[in-house]
Amino acid sequence: MFEKRINIAVWVVIMVFVLLSIRIWYLQIISGEKYRMISENNRLRIIKTPAPRGIIFDRNNIPLVKNIPVFSVSINPENIAAIDRESLAEMLGIPVEEITEKFDKKDNSSFVPIKLKQGLGLVEVSKIEARKSDFPGLFVETEIGREYIYGKTGGHVIGYLGKITPEQIKNPDLKNFPPDALIGQWGIEALYDAALRGIPGERIIEVDAIGRELRLIQHRQAVKGDDITLSIDINIQHAVEKSFGTKAGALVAIKPSTGEVLALESLPSFDPNLFASGVMSDDWRTLIEDKKTPMLNRALQSQYPPGSTFKIITAIAALEEKVITPEARVNCSGGISYGKWTFGCWKKGGHGSVNLHKALVESCDVYFYEVGKRLGIDKIHKYATALGLGEPTGVSLYPIKERSGLIPSTIWKKEKRKQQWYLGETYNAAIGQGYVTATPVQMTVMLAAVLNGGNVYSPSFIKDATPRMLKSLKLSEETRRLVADALSGVVNETGGTARSAQSSITMIGGKTGTAQVVSKGKEAGGKFNDHAWFIAYAPTENPEIAMTVFVEHGGHGGSAAAPIAKKAIEAYFKKPKPKSELKTDDAKN
Amino acid sequence: MMLKIDRRLVKNFDWITFGLIITIALIGIATIFSATRLPVEGMEGSQPAFYLKQILWLFISILALFAVVMIDYVWFYRLAYIFYAIGLVLLIAVLMAGKSSLGAQRWINLGFVAFQPSEFFRLAFIMAFSSYLVNKNLYERIPISCVFIFGIIPLFLIVLQPDLGTAIMLMSLFVILSIMRGLSRKIITLAVIVSLISIPFLGHIFWESMKDYQKNRLVAFVDPEIDPSGIGYHINQSKIAIGSGSFIGKGYLKGTQGPLRFLPEKHTDFIFSVFSEEWGFLGSMTLFTLYIMVFLRGLDTAKKAKDEFSKLAATGIVSMFFIYFLVNTGMALGIMPVVGVPLPFMSYGGTALLSNFIAAGLLINIRTRRFELFY
Repeated sequence: MFEKRINIAVWVVIMVFVLLSIRIWYLQIISGEKYRMISENNRLRIIKTPAPRGIIFDRNNIPLVKNIPVFSVSINPENIAAIDRESLAEMLGIPVEEITEKFDKKDNSSFVPIKLKQGLGLVEVSKIEARKSDFPGLFVETEIGREYIYGKTGGHVIGYLGKITPEQIKNPDLKNFPPDALIGQWGIEALYDAALRGIPGERIIEVDAIGRELRLIQHRQAVKGDDITLSIDINIQHAVEKSFGTKAGALVAIKPSTGEVLALESLPSFDPNLFASGVMSDDWRTLIEDKKTPMLNRALQSQYPPGSTFKIITAIAALEEKVITPEARVNCSGGISYGKWTFGCWKKGGHGSVNLHKALVESCDVYFYEVGKRLGIDKIHKYATALGLGEPTGVSLYPIKERSGLIPSTIWKKEKRKQQWYLGETYNAAIGQGYVTATPVQMTVMLAAVLNGGNVYSPSFIKDATPRMLKSLKLSEETRRLVADALSGVVNETGGTARSAQSSITMIGGKTGTAQVVSKGKEAGGKFNDHAWFIAYAPTENPEIAMTVFVEHGGHGGSAAAPIAKKAIEAYFKKPKPKSELKTDDAKN
Repeated sequence: MMLKIDRRLVKNFDWITFGLIITIALIGIATIFSATRLPVEGMEGSQPAFYLKQILWLFISILALFAVVMIDYVWFYRLAYIFYAIGLVLLIAVLMAGKSSLGAQRWINLGFVAFQPSEFFRLAFIMAFSSYLVNKNLYERIPISCVFIFGIIPLFLIVLQPDLGTAIMLMSLFVILSIMRGLSRKIITLAVIVSLISIPFLGHIFWESMKDYQKNRLVAFVDPEIDPSGIGYHINQSKIAIGSGSFIGKGYLKGTQGPLRFLPEKHTDFIFSVFSEEWGFLGSMTLFTLYIMVFLRGLDTAKKAKDEFSKLAATGIVSMFFIYFLVNTGMALGIMPVVGVPLPFMSYGGTALLSNFIAAGLLINIRTRRFELFY
């Protein structure tokens, strides 16, 4: 009996041995690879070290941004089971629901830390460090954030950083970036993000069960992003912002010979520092909902009739098409009749007999009605389009898309309005009213093309970048000189409409314009002034800067916009030139 | 007679069992050294002296083993009830003056060493119950007094501590020794049926009487994903340690789960996981073979023992080793609940090593004297 049962016991022992062996076989041989990987993940942590972002400089090598540390707090996922969520929420000052949501997210990987809060202040950081032992696996990380040294000034151009969006994560270039890394989301920061962001480094470390770093296994240094030198001159931006005061509007300044953007302001502007820590704060909501629409980039998105500034195009078309000679005179009696309508000149009594020069200088409407009639709308359309209007200039300030403006033609009217073209509409178009619309950046590109002899350059923000020519209109030198002289006269001659732009340090040329705010103005009882335009350049010989000033509800271009242009140009030529080089009014007259 | 060292004792000494357990104990010390080493060389602090203490305890245990072998086991038979009575008193004492660890009172501090009465009690139980069974015929029935004295009373005292491991051990020994003594197949069958039916009821009572950490362990065993207090974490980390050992292991002192403290209780209850991580499938099989040899040798000793008492005592001791081995490795391999029992001869722990060596000494004693005449 006893021996029999001992024999059974022997079999029991052997069976158990076989059973345990099968289990070990399963764990070590069948699942060995899997467990070996888990054990590596257990002990190894990959820590991304952010790359310092490239610095953005203005054209005079003045830094516009600074890299600053931004603190955030994260936790290792394997520790979350042991964490008292209530007291963690209390310490971080966030609702407990937010912690629960982050902890219980389905796609949490077992070894990628979970970020709990970003944009911590130094006081918060020291509080967390002091209580670290209560929350195993909790750690503070330093990321690189941005400080925008000039705040609002140039905010639209420079832009800001924000968290990677779900779509951006799919970009293979960003695969080494943590899911909540800060990357460029607006303006230059976004446009040149690939160059600015650099390559994040990687530290593979061995840790123990409580996440303590034991040793460094591998280290790849982060590579700093490339610095960028913009063509922007922060002095101009600053001067523009100051001289606009509380008015809304835009200024775009371009180097005529290359298309480099020297200044681009849209006012009111916003302070990119509000976005610096990647936090969508209340300030941000305020910006979005602000009735003055500070997030709207007026330089690219405000399209209005360019008014008398458009007369430059009409004049060029007339000269090139030889429908008029420079000396030919048109009599302005204050208006012309067309059927039952009268097309008036802005000067009630009329300008009398005017030639091209005087018509531009004094902005005589009747002269251009006549010239427009001789040209016909399609010739005007041809030259306006050839000089860059009516279609995008290719300027890019992510995520803002420029508007393309409109240059009407008979074909356009037939296709879009199903109507024939009327001569009255040509009159309107010839003086930049009616259907004609353009953005400040388009007007600047057009002016630059006129000044450089017809080359239409796409505006670029990088200093000394290879110019990108969109098209070229071979403008005769005579036409160019005639128009340039007239524009100089607008500022510098008696009777010119923009004498307020006269500067003592450089010779400025320009052309005023007014975009009528018809419906609003009348219905609101004249509450709203017309929009003021002024396009300007300097110096008149070999221009270095061409610009457009657009002032919303500014009234007349000569009074509202021209002084701003003068300030901007003077900011550009901030080193006053010797007086002897400056031509005076009298010398010209 | 009592301290006789004669030639036959030396000649018949069971060197095989002795060699096997010494080998296992040395493997244990090497594994303790690896498990408790500092994860990084030159790290501040020094390695805890667990392995040194264990070496010291091994010397003491070997001396105790030889002492036990020298005493004729007849004396254990004669004094069994007295040992048992002392054991019961100690169990009561530990409840009143015990030192608590992990929510359970199991230790009596003797000043120089913390002593765990249940270690001693297991041996006393095997002696006393074997002595009792020698004079009883269990073929038809088990007397109520027996069930009380060797079943309910000690179980009650152990559950009060509570010490799940020892409770399981005592119940198993009670059943195994009863069966070995000749319990009829009818009663065994009946007992199995009764226990199957009563499990839901007893289970409820048992569940209610368990401490939270024990409940958690059971829940975690059934479903490690629920993991109310991170017990499932232990099981998972143990499986990771063993699994990552693959076929030939990571190599001695190359394991990471233990020293980096992912594995809890790495040098005590989970020492097998540490060993298996470093030595892989080959090492684990070798270690298992050593254990199986100890068990089979022990069963052979029981078979060849010259009298009823020594047959039962030997069976009880082998069963004790075997059950600990099974529960411990089963836990490490994730096929049994986390019950904190040490792996015999390997786990860190002085009193456990000592009591296992004394038990092994008794086994060797029985084998060595199997040719001697009983008086």
